[in-house]
Amino acid sequence: MPDLSVSLCGIRLDNPVIPASGTFGYGREFAELYDINILGTFSFKGTTLHPRLGNPLPRIAEAPSGMLNAVGLQNPGVEKVIAEELPNLRRIFRKPVMANVSGFSVDEYVETCAKLDACDQVGWLEVNISCPNVHHGGMSFGTDPACAAEITRAVKAATTKPVIMKLSPNVTDIVAIARACADAGADGLSLINTLMGMRIDLRTRRPVLANITGGLSGPAVFPVALRMVYQVARAVDIPVIGMGGISTAADVLEMMMAGAAAVEVGAANLVDPFACKRIIEALPDEMARYGIGALSELGRAR
Amino acid sequence: MKQFTFTVEKNDPLTREVYRMVLAGDTSAITAPGQFVNIRLDGLYLRRPISICDWDDSGLTLIYKVVGRGTEQLSKMVPGQALDCLVGLGNGYDLSPAGERPLLVVGGVGVPPLYGLARRLIAQGRRVTVCLGFNTAGEIFYEREFAALGCDVRVSTVDGSCGAKGFVTAVLPDSPTHYYACGPEPMLKAVFNALDCPGQLSFEARMGCGFGACMGCTCETITGYKRICKDGPVLYHDEIFWKDGNK
Repeated sequence: MPDLSVSLCGIRLDNPVIPASGTFGYGREFAELYDINILGTFSFKGTTLHPRLGNPLPRIAEAPSGMLNAVGLQNPGVEKVIAEELPNLRRIFRKPVMANVSGFSVDEYVETCAKLDACDQVGWLEVNISCPNVHHGGMSFGTDPACAAEITRAVKAATTKPVIMKLSPNVTDIVAIARACADAGADGLSLINTLMGMRIDLRTRRPVLANITGGLSGPAVFPVALRMVYQVARAVDIPVIGMGGISTAADVLEMMMAGAAAVEVGAANLVDPFACKRIIEALPDEMARYGIGALSELGRAR
Repeated sequence: MKQFTFTVEKNDPLTREVYRMVLAGDTSAITAPGQFVNIRLDGLYLRRPISICDWDDSGLTLIYKVVGRGTEQLSKMVPGQALDCLVGLGNGYDLSPAGERPLLVVGGVGVPPLYGLARRLIAQGRRVTVCLGFNTAGEIFYEREFAALGCDVRVSTVDGSCGAKGFVTAVLPDSPTHYYACGPEPMLKAVFNALDCPGQLSFEARMGCGFGACMGCTCETITGYKRICKDGPVLYHDEIFWKDGNK
């Protein structure tokens, strides 16, 4: 039997497959379909200090081999997540979960992370400094190395849990941002968030998305993500979670060969709610086909 | 929600732009009229949500208007082809508050979910009135089908080419016990303001997943944020918060 287990910042995962934040809610919809304990873990919906409705509709659009979203971090706020979502989650998921956090100031990031630090269900904090769909927050912290380092240091001081900084591809040099986070004490990195894009409706001659721009995800971005993971994994000594358009077990292997210690699966969950289950079940055969005995050896082969 | 493969049995035009598709397959996940299926189509990434017109143990009927690439592709499918569908999505209409004289108000391609609803209300012995509003006579469909169920059918057209001239609000009956509406948002709002009884209205939105995971279609209601795909598409009249004010 091939060994699918990997280690992520000192916590063992049964397999490297992690549904990405914003595509899996707080797990409930998927737990109705399959036992979500088969997952390595999952990254829950991006959580902020205060509740957010997000951007006006429409906030979803079709794209070639992918989709655009401009949801804008809709979430019930950290207090409600801790009071309601985490207790619900405990009934359906017994592994440590990854808490995805976003904010609009350093203080907001810190306060939200500190609250989640007190939750024993949370294994890792994934700090989103890369949301392209909110203004004066999100991505603006992730496009400047000094800002990214400042958030990293502040959050690290507020938690004892591993801190994974989630990076934006909408930058000139993602390696510089990655190095800044690593030097500031990040325990891991995850990349890529969505690529900024837009669509225009030919009938109305207006942007399809009310927010005008949105984030592109899906298979369309896979080669871009793979290239960035490859560059970042060679530049830092901390684990990198690779994501961006992963839809098959072969994509998982390819991303891990690029240097990813684990992978996140995003848009695929939305068009095939069984995507992660399918990928996990297909991994042993796909590994056998390429003579891979243990997934944990792939990261080192870079 | 369940994922099943359906087989196209029929796919024929009802009007110039509106098609009826009959699919054979497992309908066990469908629990109420007003629910929808989310269909995977070759060459398109996102599934396309289409409301269910009617269903039985062996299959379901969809009625859809060709409005873009997805529905255009759907209109070209032929009997025997397979369709990957997520089934049993959305809450659907609640039949329990219908009362003796429920009213169904339809704007254009809002017909499909209300047909399945009408058939079930008639089976429960209710006296159902259906008000159909279309732009022009050539766009009318399912008038005879509603009448064949035993509904009292009233038709309006904006240009007056069939039935009463004007919007569907021109033909609303007096004192229904409950109303069910489906159609474009301005029509829903006009109906909402014209009727005093309680009712349920079905909304449309661009969706990502169709099953509540992506938060792509969330709207604000008086009772909190609701995902049109999962907590809707049917909302009760007293929870609706119109974007441009409630009157």
